[in-house]
Amino acid sequence: MINYTEKIPNNVDLGRDRILQRALEHWQPAYMGWWYDMGPNESHNYEVYLRTAISVEPDGWAQFGYVKMPEYRWGIFLQPRDEKREVNFGIHKGQLAWQEVPGEYRSTLRRVIVTQGDTEPASVEQQRMLGASCPSMYDLRNIFQVNVEEGRHLWAMVYLLHRYFGRDGREEAESLLARRSGDADNPRILGAFNEPTPDWLAFYMFTFFTDRDGKFQLCALAESGFDPLARTCRFMLTEEAHHMFVGETGVGRIIQRTCEAMKEHKVEDPSDVRALGVIDLPTIQRYLNFHYSVTLDLYGSDVSSNAANYFTSGLKGRFRETKLDDDHMLTDAEYPVSEVIGGKIITKNVPALTALNERLRDDYIEEIADGVGRWQRIIDNAGIPFRLTLPHKGFHRAIGNFAGHTISPDGEVLSEEAWKNHESEWLPNSKDYGYVQSLMSGRVVEPGKFANWIAPPARGINNQPLNFEYVRFN
Amino acid sequence: MDVVATQESHAKQEAVDFQVDPSRYKHWRLAFDGPVATLTMDVAEDGGIRPGYKLKLNSYDLGVDIELHDALQRIRFEHPEIRSVIITSAKNRIFCSGANIYMLGLSSHAWKVNFCKFTNETRNGIEDASTHSGLKFIAACNGTTAGGGYELALACDEIILVDDRSSAVSLPELPLLGVLPGTGGLTRVTDKRKVRRDHADIFCTNPDGVRGQRAKEWRLVDDTVKPQQFAEHVKQRARKLAEESDRPAGANGVALTPLKRTVDEAGLHYGYVDVQCNREARTATLTVRAPESVTDLTFEKVIGAGANWWPLQMARELDDAILTLRAGELDLGLWIFKTTGNPDAVLAIDEFILNHQHNWFVREVLGMMRRTFARIDVTSRSIYAILEPGSCVAGTLLELALAADRIYMRDTLEDGNAPSMALSNMNFGPLPMVNKLSRLAARFYSDEAQMETLRGAIGKKLSAREALDAGLVTSAPDDLDWEDEIRQAIESRAAQSPDALTGLEANLRFGPAETLETRIFGRLSAWQNWIFNRPNAVGTNGALKVYGTGAPVKFTWERV
Repeated sequence: MINYTEKIPNNVDLGRDRILQRALEHWQPAYMGWWYDMGPNESHNYEVYLRTAISVEPDGWAQFGYVKMPEYRWGIFLQPRDEKREVNFGIHKGQLAWQEVPGEYRSTLRRVIVTQGDTEPASVEQQRMLGASCPSMYDLRNIFQVNVEEGRHLWAMVYLLHRYFGRDGREEAESLLARRSGDADNPRILGAFNEPTPDWLAFYMFTFFTDRDGKFQLCALAESGFDPLARTCRFMLTEEAHHMFVGETGVGRIIQRTCEAMKEHKVEDPSDVRALGVIDLPTIQRYLNFHYSVTLDLYGSDVSSNAANYFTSGLKGRFRETKLDDDHMLTDAEYPVSEVIGGKIITKNVPALTALNERLRDDYIEEIADGVGRWQRIIDNAGIPFRLTLPHKGFHRAIGNFAGHTISPDGEVLSEEAWKNHESEWLPNSKDYGYVQSLMSGRVVEPGKFANWIAPPARGINNQPLNFEYVRFN
Repeated sequence: MDVVATQESHAKQEAVDFQVDPSRYKHWRLAFDGPVATLTMDVAEDGGIRPGYKLKLNSYDLGVDIELHDALQRIRFEHPEIRSVIITSAKNRIFCSGANIYMLGLSSHAWKVNFCKFTNETRNGIEDASTHSGLKFIAACNGTTAGGGYELALACDEIILVDDRSSAVSLPELPLLGVLPGTGGLTRVTDKRKVRRDHADIFCTNPDGVRGQRAKEWRLVDDTVKPQQFAEHVKQRARKLAEESDRPAGANGVALTPLKRTVDEAGLHYGYVDVQCNREARTATLTVRAPESVTDLTFEKVIGAGANWWPLQMARELDDAILTLRAGELDLGLWIFKTTGNPDAVLAIDEFILNHQHNWFVREVLGMMRRTFARIDVTSRSIYAILEPGSCVAGTLLELALAADRIYMRDTLEDGNAPSMALSNMNFGPLPMVNKLSRLAARFYSDEAQMETLRGAIGKKLSAREALDAGLVTSAPDDLDWEDEIRQAIESRAAQSPDALTGLEANLRFGPAETLETRIFGRLSAWQNWIFNRPNAVGTNGALKVYGTGAPVKFTWERV
């Protein structure tokens, strides 16, 4: 008999919940098998300075200490319940939030949870080889922190499947462990989660751009009328913030190091910059273009009946739904959506209910723009005349109204030929990947040391110094 | 409701053209590799046959199905070397998501019903080719296979589903749209695939469908295959199925040349078929002309004539006329069948066709006739056959009369010009109705004694009186009564409730025995058409009406 409360920190009364116990008896060993197979490569014996959530209290969700990752205490936490919480939008607005799955929405909810859940282990799989090329012990510790928390987020989604969806839920939970990122026979559900994360610049870009999609999806689900989902997502969001911090500061530190080198040696030409062993700014722009555009696709079709149904049914709200000042029904509201007609990008209003994917994408873009602005300030402060820009929303899109069109970063609709002529200027090419990976041929793990292509962070983790031994390799 | 009104008036303005050829396909690609043809669905989003909706995710409308129907015809006639057909999709991770819901939401009731009928007939045609033509079909479901997409797969001999842990087969019509899987889905799940009824119940009420091993265990698919092995596996199965076919290896195909057709205010005019529309009387008179002279038939001559050989040209023209009238002339509620030409020429052709069924082309020509006449049986129009002096009522063309709800034959005293009726072997099985019975057997409830007597009359020319005595005509008015009898029969029919008549005719035409097809056209379609008319589907808050808008569905809960 497993001592669940000891092994699995939780605030869901796991010790007395026979439904959950039965499900976890089978799933927990399978999860460990998955972690040994697909978790960070060769890391199982490392002792890593990680934070672990052991309760939802302010002092409980971030307990720091050394831990071997297979012994990490993946827990199940929901934000504490507000007895008075209501469904805040859609046709059930004003009813008490549901504590059990409404039968009529069972399969829709299950699909939403499975789609979200599938992304969590996917990113661990995508990143599992990066330890071999880490730029510092600090960064190695950070990627491991991200990985174990993605694992915990998988637990969070699996908790919902186990607790509320019966046998179907248990089967779906198994499938979450069985799919593999990038496996043609057995892929993860969403396209961006089958793309490789080949190097650390890609990793930081991914955590900045793609994990932020995760944040916005979680924010929308945190508004759900299905209270356990809402409360689960709220707690996940506290952890997601760190992942985006890793991404934003990671890219920022690379930019900073590049700017320092450019200034010190008074060079601007990308080939001269590369000769200094740092990543030139145009390459960073191309990585940005790629990760931004594939992440925009994750929001789905611009006009979506599914999104409309999720909202009307009270299952998935808008970003900061309760802070918005409208009827929360969207009965007659409209929202602008773009499409390409006759070689031109036309914007037209459609019923706002059907444009909720687009709206969430726009909210995301706004927040992304702020982050890119902070990167720009690093460049500006160095006095380098280079502008990092977000490409047009229609650039390099495979889903939605822009799919099938070739659109430049400036938003010009191009012929396929014109696109091909410029593609390697706009998206990372094989030479870029080759160069970036050449910088990362080995790992830097001496405490306090950093690879030449990245600046040290402003401060360490949990107020520890930069030369702290964040990972003990044993 | 404005939108619906616009659609209806639009449908009147622009007739649907059922004629297409591969050079004009927007939605399908047809490729040939040895004995295997591959039909790849790649629906053009902006290529809808009517405005107002986008054909996303390989969803289809009537235009997509017209191309599919044409492609099947091309394979039958123009590619005798083809023995098996793979139906698959060019879209990533999606096979076909079924009939386009926005199209259905915008369509008038009549458009929906007609659309479903045509798609049903096309899917039946796939099974017809499997049974009769030596063509085997594989549905290579390389992604999500939903609704009408699964119904298309169900019409194939084998369903192979990609096993990528995501792709499922599903019939989400009921939970998502509040209607039935009406293109044979419900019927084929039980009658053809023999899915247990409780499994079928779960399958048809769960919008997510079933995938992987369970789909196979429940008999919803024949096999599930990993993406990496999928294409090769499908290819091998197609080769294997091709080996069992008796289609010829070295034969040249027969080109289905474009029909020569004139459309004017009076009606539709073809070489052997003529349609006169009488909008005031709300009737359409379809006259089918047989050759005037009996010619020596050899296989060389027949294949030399190709698409111009009388039975093939006549059947193609009649097929086009039926489809065009059904889609565009909703108010012409009574069809009157007439014939002209030489009965001996028809009898000679019948004999040749039935004696040369070992030949692929002759077999296909018979198939074309069989499917065309079967369309008549399921047409929601009253049908009279008028046999008068100059009519050609023999064998194949007698089937037109036997397909009618009533047969009037003039018992004339005019010398030498009296119509006669001649049975041929063609009337005893080669041209079955959708209940798999010959029209004669259905007419006489398969009474063996009566059928034996009729078989004894093969080749004889029966007078109106003899035909009446044999039960082959409804009424045989004499010269004095004829004109007024016919006029009144037409006028009284045209005045009665079109809905009730459709129901009456559908009940009387098929008799007591059920087949998969009669269950589709009778039970499934009838229920579907009822649901299509109910507020729970098409009312302001009906499921079909609000689908995609995000507006809530409001059902009225009473069970009817």
